[in-house]
Amino acid sequence: MAYGPKIIDHYERPRNVGNFGTQEAMKADKKIGVGLVGAPECGDVMQLCIKVDQATGKIEDAKFKTFGCGSAIASSSLATEWLKGMSLDQAQDLRNTQIVEELSLPPVKIHCSVLAEDAVKAALADYRKKNGLPVEDHDHAGDHAGA
Amino acid sequence: MPLQLPIYMDHAATTPCDPRVVEAMLPYFTEKFGNSGSRNHSFGWAAEEGADYGREMAARLIGATEKEIIFTSGATEGNNLAIKGSAYMYQKAPAGAAKRGHIVSCLIEHKAVLDPCKRLQKEGFDVTFIEPPADGVVTAEMVKNALRDDTILVTIMWANNELGTINEVRQIGSLCKERGIIFHTDATQWAGKMPTDVEADNIDLLTWSAHKMYGPKGVGALYVRRHRPRVRLQALQEGGGQERGFRSGTLNISGIVGMGKACEIAMAEMEHDAIRLAKLKAKIEAGVLAQLDSCVVNGHKDKRLPHITNISFGFVEGEGLMMAVKDIACSSGSACTSASLEPSYVLKSIGVGDELAHSSLRLSLGKWTTDEQVEHTTSAVVQGVKKLRAMSPLYDMHKEGIDLSKVQWAHH
Repeated sequence: MAYGPKIIDHYERPRNVGNFGTQEAMKADKKIGVGLVGAPECGDVMQLCIKVDQATGKIEDAKFKTFGCGSAIASSSLATEWLKGMSLDQAQDLRNTQIVEELSLPPVKIHCSVLAEDAVKAALADYRKKNGLPVEDHDHAGDHAGA
Repeated sequence: MPLQLPIYMDHAATTPCDPRVVEAMLPYFTEKFGNSGSRNHSFGWAAEEGADYGREMAARLIGATEKEIIFTSGATEGNNLAIKGSAYMYQKAPAGAAKRGHIVSCLIEHKAVLDPCKRLQKEGFDVTFIEPPADGVVTAEMVKNALRDDTILVTIMWANNELGTINEVRQIGSLCKERGIIFHTDATQWAGKMPTDVEADNIDLLTWSAHKMYGPKGVGALYVRRHRPRVRLQALQEGGGQERGFRSGTLNISGIVGMGKACEIAMAEMEHDAIRLAKLKAKIEAGVLAQLDSCVVNGHKDKRLPHITNISFGFVEGEGLMMAVKDIACSSGSACTSASLEPSYVLKSIGVGDELAHSSLRLSLGKWTTDEQVEHTTSAVVQGVKKLRAMSPLYDMHKEGIDLSKVQWAHH
């Protein structure tokens, strides 16, 4: 697949690779929300972790790990870059179409951006659940471009 | 000399033309451009000499006689002609009827065999697709168990294009001979690389193409046995009656000469090449397995072509890995590299899980592959896998002792 320069850049210099400890440690930490989406047999799995500054309610750090193709890696890398400094509501409004646009993802790779959006939503839901906040279950499925 | 990049490690897809092949072809574009069907002038005669040369070399390569060689546009055409042409000729009932005859093939054949078989299925033939075992090797025993009283054709490839695994062709041929069943083999990955003898190997129909053996694209050959038994085919393309009526169309003389030259070179050099390539392939496999955990070489350990290796790297995805080794031209069983977005049906058929099918690379070496290229490839693959594992949530989970098969994945 011939990719555009932004995908290649995120693939070659991925931003914010990592996590905030083992699955166990992250589960125990209330400041952290973890979203794990996708499936190995589908060829892509994303883990997106957010750390929330509980005084300001803003995402102070975000990390990802992705098993997947170049577009999946680039989509999750870009998402973590955007998440830092966002409020939970701002993060909730992040759309896959923004990722598609920013990276110029080819049509067959749109599902990678959908997965990244799902990972963000899952991380937010995990954080909210841990902290007893109402989980937004607003269904954005219809918003996914081309998915 | 510094190592030139990118490195071509995809010789199972196609090979570069040998410069000696190109040289042999050139006069046939400009000087000896005649139509071999022109019987009454020297231009036609010169072209016919070219075709005769190509035919002689192609026949010698596989132990056949010249009259048994039909030139085609490549292996896809050869497979179509062999499979459909023989099915229509040996059918038990006419078109439109059911139970026209039974054909045996295998799930990991190339699409150029599977799709003609599926076409025949729609047209009233029964086809049994043998499910290959985990090592990918189709045995005579498996074929024997699939045979029926109304079996008219067995089509089993000699060596698999994705795995490099070698099937029990000689034994399958012998079984078919005993039972009076036509035996076709797609030898595209085999011919010109490994010794072939259609007599000793009991083959009735054999397909191959020039571009997989350092010849030009757009030309191939189909062997059609003339004695014991005399195999007949119904032509699929009608016209001027060239190639003894099996394949009408003006002969691609430059291509045929190129294929002939490639066959001539192969006869002289394949043994040496095979020994050298087997060592290089072993070096890649040993290097990768020594430096990385959770890797599997797919297919039978020994019954494999000397130049193809197919390795699954757990916890990394194939397309991502191909980007990491962008200086190495190779291919992957990953869905993301296929138009269908499905992982390799060959790997799935031999029971490699979807997850590892997504994680596979096929590296195929060629006669000009060097030690330095192999070393560079090995270290690039090892580094690429390490880079992606550092990014892989699955590898973390694996190291934390989490059983990935027990995780509830959110399928999308």
